[in-house]
Amino acid sequence: MRRIGIDVGGTNTDAVLLEDGRVVHAVKTPTTEDVTGGILASLDLLRRKPEVAQGRIDGVIIGTTHFINAVVQRRHLGKIAAVRIGMPAAASLPPFCDWPQDLAALVAGEVFMLEGGHDYDGREIMPFAEAEMRAAARRIREAGIGAVGVSAIFSPLDPSHEERAAAILTQECPDAQVTLSHRLGRIGLLERENAALLNAALGDLARVTIEGFRRAIAASGIDAPLFITQNDGTVMAAETAMALPVMSFASGATNSMRGAAFLSGIKDAMVVDVGGTSSDVGQLRNGFPREANSVVEVGGVRTLFRMPDLYSIGLGGGSIVKREPLNVGPESVGYRLTQEALVFGGSAVTATDAAVKAGVVAIGDAGRLGELSRETAGAVMTLAREKLEDAIDRMKTEAGDVTLIAVGGGAFLAPDRMAGIGEVIRVPHGDCANAVGAAVAQVSGETDQIYRDMTRAEAIAAAEAQAVERARAAGADPATIQTIEIEDMPLAYLPGNALRVRVRVAGEMAST
Amino acid sequence: MREITLDDIESLAVGAWILGTGGGGSPYLGLLNMRRLYAEGRCVKLMSPFDLADDDWVAVVSNMGAPLVGQERLADSRNIARAVEMQQAYHGWKFRAVMSLEIGGNNSIQPLMAAAHLGLPVVDADTMGRAYPEAQMTSVAVGDLRPYPCALYDPRGIEAMVTQVPNWKWMERASRKICTEMGSIASTCKAPRTGAEVKEWGIHFTTSKAIGIGKRVREAQRRHEDPIAAVLDEAQGKLLFRGKVIDVARRTTEGFLRGTAVIDGLDEDRGSRLELAFQNEWVVAWRVDGESRTPIAMSPDLICVLDSVSGNAFGTETIRYGMRASVIALPAPPVFLTPKGLQHVGPRAFGYDIDFRSVFG
Repeated sequence: MRRIGIDVGGTNTDAVLLEDGRVVHAVKTPTTEDVTGGILASLDLLRRKPEVAQGRIDGVIIGTTHFINAVVQRRHLGKIAAVRIGMPAAASLPPFCDWPQDLAALVAGEVFMLEGGHDYDGREIMPFAEAEMRAAARRIREAGIGAVGVSAIFSPLDPSHEERAAAILTQECPDAQVTLSHRLGRIGLLERENAALLNAALGDLARVTIEGFRRAIAASGIDAPLFITQNDGTVMAAETAMALPVMSFASGATNSMRGAAFLSGIKDAMVVDVGGTSSDVGQLRNGFPREANSVVEVGGVRTLFRMPDLYSIGLGGGSIVKREPLNVGPESVGYRLTQEALVFGGSAVTATDAAVKAGVVAIGDAGRLGELSRETAGAVMTLAREKLEDAIDRMKTEAGDVTLIAVGGGAFLAPDRMAGIGEVIRVPHGDCANAVGAAVAQVSGETDQIYRDMTRAEAIAAAEAQAVERARAAGADPATIQTIEIEDMPLAYLPGNALRVRVRVAGEMAST
Repeated sequence: MREITLDDIESLAVGAWILGTGGGGSPYLGLLNMRRLYAEGRCVKLMSPFDLADDDWVAVVSNMGAPLVGQERLADSRNIARAVEMQQAYHGWKFRAVMSLEIGGNNSIQPLMAAAHLGLPVVDADTMGRAYPEAQMTSVAVGDLRPYPCALYDPRGIEAMVTQVPNWKWMERASRKICTEMGSIASTCKAPRTGAEVKEWGIHFTTSKAIGIGKRVREAQRRHEDPIAAVLDEAQGKLLFRGKVIDVARRTTEGFLRGTAVIDGLDEDRGSRLELAFQNEWVVAWRVDGESRTPIAMSPDLICVLDSVSGNAFGTETIRYGMRASVIALPAPPVFLTPKGLQHVGPRAFGYDIDFRSVFG
């Protein structure tokens, strides 16, 4: 069982080879503008090791912040059409109504609001407006728009109106990429619709990027299936990721926490990932990150993605030290650390310089630290520790000392003794924890449908069996599959004790 | 009479969420509607209740139903205006102004939406001074004012009037049934009130109060000052407790969200705990020091749980582990402090066998 995990971050592209649950080799290269260049470079570095070059690779798993960065930076986004089904309800708040204007101007093409949608009890608000949908689809084709986001009121309860819209769009504009909101979220029309619209806008970028990933892998001579990690720490096949790029939005943070759990063998702990500019604090529960249960804004757009609950502070290895009063961060030299820090011959005093002076870590040339006194270095380290302690305390869910896993390139800023921390765990390859998290990502299977004339227990069992089958078909080892989520909603109005059941299962990737 | 600016409405959304005392639903969707209406050039005026003539008619509006349904069907500003028009058509006269049933939460914005469409002013008053879960928990119910007729509207063109009921409890039952059939959401215009009734039984200047609180919080956020201190100063409140949420237990019963939250003390309150009980809104707070457990705040005093850093309110639906919270009390409207008022909204009305004692002595 040999897998390559790659994390494409804003600064670095990390890659690891994992063999039978052991990290054989790990490399770090700068991320390139086209993303694929960095992947190619890291795969080349990885394959210089003879043990990597030989033998087959069972899978390449990539985690990337590329799609979320595209939204935040307003780059590579396409014009889309929005179809809202639910009139006459919600008429005064049309699609894009709460988007930042610059982003809406970039993305919003045609907007259609049609009759249809459902009530909370499963009844139709209005019958689906078939003829109007067909007319809208023709307008979309004529306008030359290639991506459509479709949302219907209460579609998580009954997706049929969204599905009928998709069928018409497929007939009338066969080349358009269609995103249905019920595939992306739950109750909360605006937030779910926003996710669908963002997803549609990322359609072209997703296709180009993931095809680039494939080419890079093929060019480095690896013949293995490609997977992309998603927000919850499981993988999707590359084809699925092309259709649902927003599902990978938070995978960077998730991967680093999953990697921390894997490398330490600890399933319940706090995790701090100290990077170059910021530190993310999260909590592992049973090996998975605890999820945020509130609205998450992406590039100024409200969504309801299931994302890890993180507390981020502006403290990392590249944080700039300021005096009078003494402070460290939030400004950072970022990816220029290896040119601008004192220990690398630069002129900026950074947290890394203070750590070298304090004797906590050996990086670069300690002889260049002349102007930095031992007292100042010590004070900076104390300040950094206090900032981390406060961030960790904010994320703790119980009183008393907790175990902390410190990962990331700047993990040396977290000392062994910290208030509220029983033990600080450091792991080999902790600086590539996110790539390790990608390599160990699980395969999931999901089912979501309405069952009739069954007890609740029977319906859930039927849904579970189907989800397990889907996970197995997607490449999960059946012996390791566990149920991770069950959600059921009675549809009071429908005859035959109708129950909508959604089940999600996940298991380890099976050897091929 | 003065114009309400869009900035006032942004402040109203923040302040009304605080006065929601944990419930009332987020004002976010209402705020979105108002941003769009103001962008179209509409504007709403605010009038003092004491500028009403005794025989003026005032429309009391609110959105009725499950917050969850509101998250899907959203709030359409025209619906609430239509409910007001139904009352006018039923009676054959015109309203002088619109006012809120409930200043806490989402219903604080409903009269502004109606007013923007109808060209009427909003009366600076409501009937709760906060948010409460049931129809009889209002100042007009305490005053035994007439509970009917009530207009309910659904945008599919379903219009219903409950023209007569013997008391407020029956109004709650009858209108709730209609609301359920409409999809558990309805725009409602409650029994009209005369200017004299608003002056005698309305809770006055609560729209200004919510705007004022929101303004101070937003100012403090901009200046990186303590927003909690700003709320206390603006609303003559008292700080009860500061700490971190360590436990939340929720259950849905009879259409209400009930449960408890426990906050572990920080700073001056380190070593103590605060237990909060809620029924949609925060109802009672007990301070726990070792073996002793003392109720220190209860309805009708307003218990508000705020984010210690931002000053924004935490709702009973969204509060969770780890949040840094400051719990404050604000004074109750005097109408609820009478024996009759306490029957409607005192601790016993929520099932707690405690004699009401005000935080404010």
